[in-house]
Amino acid sequence: MGFPHRSHPRETPVLSQHFGDPDARSLAGWRQRGGYRALEQALTMEPAAIVGIVKESGLRGRGGAGFPTGLKWSFMKPGDGKPHYLCCNADESEPGTFKDREIMRWTPHALVEGCAIGAYAIGAETAYVYIRGEFTEPLQRMTDAVREAYAEGILGPNALGSGKRVDVYVHKGAGAYICGEETALMNSLEGRRGNPRIKPPFPAVAGLFGKPTTINNVETLAAVPHIINNGAEWYKAMCQGNPKSTGTKLYSVCGNIARPGNYEVVMGFPFKDFLYDLCGGPPPGRRFKAIIPGGSSVPIQTIAEAEATVMDYEGFVAEGTMLGSGGVICIDDAQCMVKQIARLARFYAHESCAQCTQCREGTAWTTKIMERIEAGQGTREDLDTLLEIADNMTGKTICVLSDSCAVPVVSGIQKFRDEFEAHITQQRCPFRGAAAGGGVATAVAA
Amino acid sequence: MTDRKMITLTIEGRQVQVPEGTSMLEAARSAGVLIPHYCYHPGLPVAGVCRMCLVEVEKAPKLAPACATAVADGQVIHVHSDKAREARTGVLEMLLINHPLDCPICDQSGECELQDYTYAEGRKSSRYREAKRFNPVEDFGGDVLYVPNRCILCTRCVRFMDDVAHDPVLNVSERGDRAVIGKFEDQDLTHPWAGNVVDLCPVGALLSKDFLNKARSWDLDRAASICPNCSQGCNATLETRDNVVVRIRPRPNDEVNRYFLCDEGRLDYRWLNRRDRIEYPHVRRDHALAPVEWEIAVDAAAVALRGRQAFVLASPGLSNETLFLLARIRDRTGGRGAFRVRQGAEAPLPGVPDLALRADRAANGRGAELLGFSRSETPLEGLRNGDVLIVADEELAGIDPASVATAVARAASIIVVGTTLPAWASGAAVVLPVANMAEEDGTFTNLRGRVQRYLQAKQAPGLVRPAWSALGDLLTALGESALYFLPSDVFAALAAAVPAFAGLDYDRLGLVGVPVAGDGAATAAAGALVGAAP
Amino acid sequence: MSAPPTDSGSSSLTELERAPRSDAHMRAEDYQPVFTGPARAELNELLTHYPTKMAALLPALWIVQRERGWVSEPAMAEVAAVLGLTPAYVKGVVTFYTMYHQHPVGKYFVQVCTTSPCNVCGAEDVVRAILKHSGAGELGVTSGDGRFTVIEVECLGACGFATPVMINEDFIESVSAERVPEILDSLP
Repeated sequence: MGFPHRSHPRETPVLSQHFGDPDARSLAGWRQRGGYRALEQALTMEPAAIVGIVKESGLRGRGGAGFPTGLKWSFMKPGDGKPHYLCCNADESEPGTFKDREIMRWTPHALVEGCAIGAYAIGAETAYVYIRGEFTEPLQRMTDAVREAYAEGILGPNALGSGKRVDVYVHKGAGAYICGEETALMNSLEGRRGNPRIKPPFPAVAGLFGKPTTINNVETLAAVPHIINNGAEWYKAMCQGNPKSTGTKLYSVCGNIARPGNYEVVMGFPFKDFLYDLCGGPPPGRRFKAIIPGGSSVPIQTIAEAEATVMDYEGFVAEGTMLGSGGVICIDDAQCMVKQIARLARFYAHESCAQCTQCREGTAWTTKIMERIEAGQGTREDLDTLLEIADNMTGKTICVLSDSCAVPVVSGIQKFRDEFEAHITQQRCPFRGAAAGGGVATAVAA
Repeated sequence: MTDRKMITLTIEGRQVQVPEGTSMLEAARSAGVLIPHYCYHPGLPVAGVCRMCLVEVEKAPKLAPACATAVADGQVIHVHSDKAREARTGVLEMLLINHPLDCPICDQSGECELQDYTYAEGRKSSRYREAKRFNPVEDFGGDVLYVPNRCILCTRCVRFMDDVAHDPVLNVSERGDRAVIGKFEDQDLTHPWAGNVVDLCPVGALLSKDFLNKARSWDLDRAASICPNCSQGCNATLETRDNVVVRIRPRPNDEVNRYFLCDEGRLDYRWLNRRDRIEYPHVRRDHALAPVEWEIAVDAAAVALRGRQAFVLASPGLSNETLFLLARIRDRTGGRGAFRVRQGAEAPLPGVPDLALRADRAANGRGAELLGFSRSETPLEGLRNGDVLIVADEELAGIDPASVATAVARAASIIVVGTTLPAWASGAAVVLPVANMAEEDGTFTNLRGRVQRYLQAKQAPGLVRPAWSALGDLLTALGESALYFLPSDVFAALAAAVPAFAGLDYDRLGLVGVPVAGDGAATAAAGALVGAAP
Repeated sequence: MSAPPTDSGSSSLTELERAPRSDAHMRAEDYQPVFTGPARAELNELLTHYPTKMAALLPALWIVQRERGWVSEPAMAEVAAVLGLTPAYVKGVVTFYTMYHQHPVGKYFVQVCTTSPCNVCGAEDVVRAILKHSGAGELGVTSGDGRFTVIEVECLGACGFATPVMINEDFIESVSAERVPEILDSLP
């Protein structure tokens, strides 16, 4: 079942198979759909065996970085006498991304189950699900699901009668994109400002409350029960000849697209077919101009690059960008790239935590220059300055928010320089007031 | 050093060996290489936020923050490579875009790390064409003023209040480029050690109200000193402008005060600039004190002491050298001596072991004890009829003047060796004007028995001489061998004579001091001046 | 090089201004504590979720905002006291997160996502329509009748349902400028 559209025949709905089905939300409904069988089985296994299966499956982090999940879990050393923690990163805030939201809205028990298995596998008794504060409905669904799971003895001191303790708590964020960064999330959970921490120490050594911690994205954890139920081989087989990228991936598609929504396809799917067949291509009468395929922090692709892309971790890199969070932002030819890049810069400036100099000052400065260019007050030197600021903001800070602000600026100036120059030479935004038809291209060309 | 594994690496072409776990920044420091930095401070937990200390490490893909990265064997680190320098230039440009560039009216100018590094490595001009952000100046309470426009958000002040003062009254408020250092309404920086945030601030964002607009830093003369205001003996720098002490700041000493100085210590310096000083030696003639030459005054004092026992009312703020010579006069005449220490509330700095503003509000009570003076709340009690009272720079402030006058009346005569002439001692036979601690070189012994030197910071007025010099002459006039040309000469005699100070050498005290031989032994030996007899 | 203009006026060290107090500054003695009765019990239960009291800070602030509509300075001081923190610490945290109101807001707090994915779908038109129809007129300003405070918000994480609008706790998807009057008029 798809949502908000029906599933496309070329989709492979695993995580999304119950999207749009309200009956899947309740514990009873979830059990009818095979829920908690994986947890039951997992609790009979040695934790190391679970880590082994996940490792074997090739599952990689779905939050953006793509780190192998089994390997991450194997960094935890159960039995070292310290409490261990699992954090579920449900702070989904990357512009263009809304997949975790749908997982939590429709299949909250899938995530509870994934958390419980994950916690058990890494030797943690406690898992925290950190959900961004704006997600009022997912928060409610998750809270209800956790309550049901406790009531039925699935969670608690004797999870499913196994004699093992698994606690899952829902924690509500309060409005900060940066809390999606794993160490910032931990600080936030501890009741601090959401400042990313310097690494090392890595979370597996000193994470939440200074204790060994693993943090996984919602989609990653929600995939785990399926892997336990169906086996690593099943999951690994879902790819197109690239063993480094396996399984299905949920893509959130938004912006100027005929059928926005979440789509689940196997790794290695052709991006061109995805955009045109599954998502219906651009809105009527328009053409795609640019695609930001992995959330706003990845380099912008021209439509030619996008159409040549194979949708897996390596495929996106080969076409100059990244899979990221899987948030596909489509931009059509009626949109002004300068305006949209300025808007993204403003986003990062708003969300910078203020720790690192380059980020605190650079995101705001970039925004001011971008907005000035958009307003027709830019100069050619501004473009050089922007690129130099971007260079200063890249690879030099505690986390990558600063880099993420630089990314659209650099790729935008590289790939859409004509639009920047049109703003400068015409001293106005050529898209402002331009006719919705073919006037735009001529405006830029002039 | 314990058996920590040693790491060998190369920094700017110099091979360095440091214990495992040392940060690159500290390793570089040990090799004499300064890695520019703002947020890092050795007395605070590492924040790693200013990103100024990024260095290039061979074979590493990214620049590394030197303050937050531990060294590894065989590393080759470049501080002045193009990549590292460009990164710093980039940080400096970013730090300046919203900075008011108001160095001409900024107190920090001349001692500002933003100014210094910008001169060294900054861009010649800014590319920033946008409006600057503006926030009004805020009074943080205590002695501290916050100028947010100059703030670089290094968070040293916040970390000091959190982790060292254990009084988290400062925060970072807001985020992004709107962020400022904040505090809660009506909860001021009143912690007794809060003034340290002014020193810790690498720029002109946190200023001392006391020092505000008083001096440009390049007009100041500085002398290594010891804070004279309590028995902790915090190492300090006395700063003077035109021969007036205008500021006391901490001088690092890991054994005593690390990097810190309490507010009372830093703000209580005006007495060093007193204008009611005795500037000339005096002797009593025709019922009045008349200014005379030093020789005449010293001879008059010797005459007054002849055949009588001295009672020395010593100030616990006098140097070891002065107290030693006073002790010799005391012992030569078979007399006695006492001192009183003004008391105040103790105020520890919780983040540093054994560091506090001490209840004893004087620098050298310990020295006075070691030199055989008895400590008393009513020090004149021991004064007997017919004694010669030597008032050694003690005003007995806070004690009822009438009772003092009654006690003093027992003395056959009074010799004042001091900076001022207390009203109750105005009947003195002889007045020998001496320097205050800012006007002489000398040593104090702190409460833990650490002997520490302080250097002269300003000129003494009139014909004033250091007390050790005047007392050396007096002892000579009394027939002792006491020809001293330098305070180190007196100290050598002290070390030879007093077991507690045995083995100490003035030069080897350096500027961080040395503990007296086994503090317990020192106490036992107190008062026995071996070889002090004629 | 000439000095760039400042946003407002010039700084002067001799003017020892205190930062302006918020208009809504409330006298501490008039403050009624939040954490009594059921709210206190709720917080006590939350405290069992974490190994430190500090970790309950965000949840405690949520309780305050639910009970009082915003987080005043006396409320921050109360939370600090309850959790063993300092008021300055709590304020540093409150000001980090955008969802805690540091001033009273209208009966309906309207947040419109205008980040790029919504922006390319006409989110700015939605903002204009809401500002006009609500009577708020300006972002961040409460309408004269006290009903509406409207702000632009960064990505609400519902990009496929552009433009999402949050009215208090309600998340309304796929709002177009045309739908605005109907949505606002339906509010009680």
